Amino acid sequence: MRYLPLSDADRRAMLQTIGVADVEDLFGDVPAAARPVDGFGLPDHASEMEVERRLARMAARNLSAGNAPCFLGAGAYRHHVPAAVDALIQRGEFLTSYTPYQPEVSQGTLQALFEFQTQVAMITAMEVANASMYDAATACAEAAAMACRLTRRRRVLLSGQLHPHYRSVTATQLQFTQAQVEAQPPDPHSGEDLIRRVDGETACVVVQNPGFFGQLIDYSDLGEACRAAGALLVVAVAEPVSLGLVMPPGAMGADIVVGEGQPIGNSLNFGGPGLGLFATRQKYVRQMPGRLCGQTADADGRRGFVLTLATREQHIRREKATSNICTNSGLCTLAFSIHMALLGESGFAHLAALNHVQAVTAADALARIPGVRVLPSAFFNEFAVKLPRPAAIVVEALARRGILAGVPASRFYPDHRELSPILLVACTETNSPEDVEALVGGLREVLR
Amino acid sequence: MSNTATGNRGLTLEEPLLFEQGGPGRSGVDLPDALPVAERLGGLRRRGPIGLPDLSEPEVVRHYTRLSQQNFGIDTVIYPLGSCTMKHNPRLNEKVARLPGFADLHPFQPESTVQGALELLDSAARWLKALTGMPAIAMSPAAGAHGELCGLMTIRAALDDRGQARRLVLVPESAHGTNPATAAICGYEVETVPANARGRVDLAALKARLSGDVAAFMLTNPNTCGLFEDEILAIAEAVHRAGAFFYCDGANYNAIVGRLRVADLGIDAMHINLHKTFSTPHGGGGPGAGPTVLAAALAPFAPLPSIVRDEQGWRLIEHARDSRRKPLGRIKGFHGQFSVIVRALAYMMSLGGDGLRQASADAVLSANYLLARLSEGGLTPAFAGPCMHECLFDDRFLDGTGVTTLDLAKALLDEGAHPMTMYFPLVVHGALLIEPTETESKASLDAFADALLALVHKARSGQAVELTAAPRLTPRRRLDETRAARQPVLRWKPDTTDKGD
Amino acid sequence: MSELWFTREHEWIRIDGDVGTVGITDHAQRQLGDVVFAELPEIGKLVARGAEAAVVESVKAASEVYAPVGGEVVAVNGALADQPGLVNESAEGDAWFFKIRIADRGEVGMLMSRSAYDAMVAGE
Repeated sequence: MRYLPLSDADRRAMLQTIGVADVEDLFGDVPAAARPVDGFGLPDHASEMEVERRLARMAARNLSAGNAPCFLGAGAYRHHVPAAVDALIQRGEFLTSYTPYQPEVSQGTLQALFEFQTQVAMITAMEVANASMYDAATACAEAAAMACRLTRRRRVLLSGQLHPHYRSVTATQLQFTQAQVEAQPPDPHSGEDLIRRVDGETACVVVQNPGFFGQLIDYSDLGEACRAAGALLVVAVAEPVSLGLVMPPGAMGADIVVGEGQPIGNSLNFGGPGLGLFATRQKYVRQMPGRLCGQTADADGRRGFVLTLATREQHIRREKATSNICTNSGLCTLAFSIHMALLGESGFAHLAALNHVQAVTAADALARIPGVRVLPSAFFNEFAVKLPRPAAIVVEALARRGILAGVPASRFYPDHRELSPILLVACTETNSPEDVEALVGGLREVLR
Repeated sequence: MSNTATGNRGLTLEEPLLFEQGGPGRSGVDLPDALPVAERLGGLRRRGPIGLPDLSEPEVVRHYTRLSQQNFGIDTVIYPLGSCTMKHNPRLNEKVARLPGFADLHPFQPESTVQGALELLDSAARWLKALTGMPAIAMSPAAGAHGELCGLMTIRAALDDRGQARRLVLVPESAHGTNPATAAICGYEVETVPANARGRVDLAALKARLSGDVAAFMLTNPNTCGLFEDEILAIAEAVHRAGAFFYCDGANYNAIVGRLRVADLGIDAMHINLHKTFSTPHGGGGPGAGPTVLAAALAPFAPLPSIVRDEQGWRLIEHARDSRRKPLGRIKGFHGQFSVIVRALAYMMSLGGDGLRQASADAVLSANYLLARLSEGGLTPAFAGPCMHECLFDDRFLDGTGVTTLDLAKALLDEGAHPMTMYFPLVVHGALLIEPTETESKASLDAFADALLALVHKARSGQAVELTAAPRLTPRRRLDETRAARQPVLRWKPDTTDKGD
Repeated sequence: MSELWFTREHEWIRIDGDVGTVGITDHAQRQLGDVVFAELPEIGKLVARGAEAAVVESVKAASEVYAPVGGEVVAVNGALADQPGLVNESAEGDAWFFKIRIADRGEVGMLMSRSAYDAMVAGE
């Protein structure tokens, strides 16, 4: 049992110091009825070699995305993560530290959080950002709840362009509160008119840019309409790499920006953990959920950082807290920050441009296949295509050819028959021209 | 303290912010040229620069390496934060989580291409169900508080399904803040139940508060005083007799894992902090995972997704229409904290049923050893009798010294130990809550006790100032939290760069 | 001639005519420590006796400020927004929180005198 440093001799000596004969005596408060007489039916301990072998066998039963042309997106994006990112986040001082409640011995984590908050505020063009939420979906629910508190209103309007998981998590998490969540139908053709739906009861409108079906939309007019009606505009960003090229939500009048940080610095990991980004205006900061790191000085007057404005949080405000969140996505924020630091201004813009070019190239190639239509008129690195056959069947057929062609919209909206031919296709810098050829060739064959 | 020209002190290096470094003309990445194509952004191109600094890889690596050196971690020191379970994080967990067959999987790949991942989620679920004896589990909660939300929402859904509109959730006065915060999100009002003189729930007071209006009682067990609730069977019976559900906050599960089945305690739902009991790293604040085990009465309402196995293999149930249950909805994007669960499964497989039982024994043994040594040295235990995995002291032993619990904690930093949890639980004055975990050697436990007792001796022998002025040797001395909160500076801007006062 | 009254929740109220000026006691500010933020009610808000009217926060605690008597909020102390530390410096003077137009003079009878309040604090 390689993780347990106590020897039997140590245990005996410790029991003697305590003054009991047997360690079982320390469990005297446990009712006898709750002590299983027959054990738990679990295997005994195993060597490192054995555990690795068994888990590697499970891993081998999966098709890793790097071993196939991969065009999957829909809220999780596969980018190249520089080697330095993973090396640095595995430093034990980052990996094995707790939430930085003792700032004198946590300046490393705290300064990194302060830098993360700054990076997120900069790329979203917002004033302040917090130290992370679990993922974009839960951040979205928190944003809607925050908007209800700030406006003292109940009506939460969710766009049909919003990721279906963000929609369903928001609806689930708010179902027992005063909020009334109204989800617009999915909007693959970008025809919804949200401005008409904003009224004096509306707490917030939650949109996404680029939209779930890929469309880039200027929400400036919606932001104006929200301001006029006293409602807040919440903009979700599922692919933060887009912010290197696309007008940020802050420039469109967003009051709260939520986002998924996974695509920067973090692997796909089958969808978890994610990294919830959360940014807003300075004047709303006391209604913000989650931890915040702030700058201050130490007893010698040297700059330092601490967790601050903690009276918003559950450990102090209890049932009146802005959120129940405690553990967040700490190490994922570090990976995000390191990747952003490596990219810098020029690399971030360049990476975004590469993604866009790949997507435009793929979209043009797919559009040349008879019966295939690219839906969004403007997009970043992902777009919906309409196929002449149900997308789920096409995806399965291409998977058998070793191609991860995209995500069928029916996976999220099985009750919407009109979405069955729609496939979401995402391209990143990791896609080679051969990948695109394989996708186009495979699709031609399957559709023949 | 001798002043150096640089502000550095040997290995303790001053490090400016990223934004105060770098400049145009370099980059930490080499990307291929983008082909010239007509952009399709619909006129929504970003205008103007963002303002991010450009840095090369060596500069970035040095920046973060230097920052890391300003942190304590379990890898460097004992980290006995009560209720946090800062145990060793095995590196095998890290290695297997990074296997491409786990790390490089997209959540929306066709199910036929992720059979091993679904099997892994199901394996971890089986381990946790076997350990707790509970029939069902929700694997998607992202953390302890999120597991509480999952559990309490499931309870609310079950009560709504019965047509029972109940108004209240009861929590002990020593509860974690997440308990009342979670109850509020579920639309419940919160009432507290006092503790008795032995640091346990006052059963009579609980019974007096139970009524047809109570939806659930939330209890941490072992509780936040580090004590096992020895009347738990009677508590469960009383809660159930009132038609309420019994929620257990599993933050302290490390004391009992592999030794008892929580199902046998009458618990209806409990979250399990994989980042505590099951050794996945805290990472400076997260990510964690909070799978939540559920009794049969709650299982139908567990959130989506769930995993089933049929003749075609493993499948994800992502929609209510595909489920024979009445799921309350989705509480998390995708399928939960997959890579955290990979790590936890590696840990469970490594220790096995016998190792987990030994680990909880060693955790309890180590806490009682510190309880004995520190009590012997003059610290004042908050309650009599043995503790579970953490020992709790009040601050009576500091009476008249002019030294507070906080001072003692800050002085420990100079001694090269991370302090215990302070001022929690709130019901104990000046609380010191010490959780050594099972992964400290006896030598490490002794060194911690020796350091703490030496400081207590200083406090009691007129050297209080050495503690009240601590720490002196850390990268920063005490930080001005009042200033941080009065004039919040939450991000860098060109005008926030100053070196303090 | 103004009159000064106290509550069990450590508020004071100075009554001039039908308007009361409300703050927290010096004892309360000492218990809180450095005050970092005060959340004030909206002018025009109607509050009942004992209802939460404002919040005062230190680094590690937040406390509600309850209305000692019911009525309409007619003024708030804007200085607290910029200088929350005023509460520590002058809790029973410049650092008043809000003024309230008293709806029912009868409620004043339920408040404590200075000597009764001091005795309560001494007994804590």
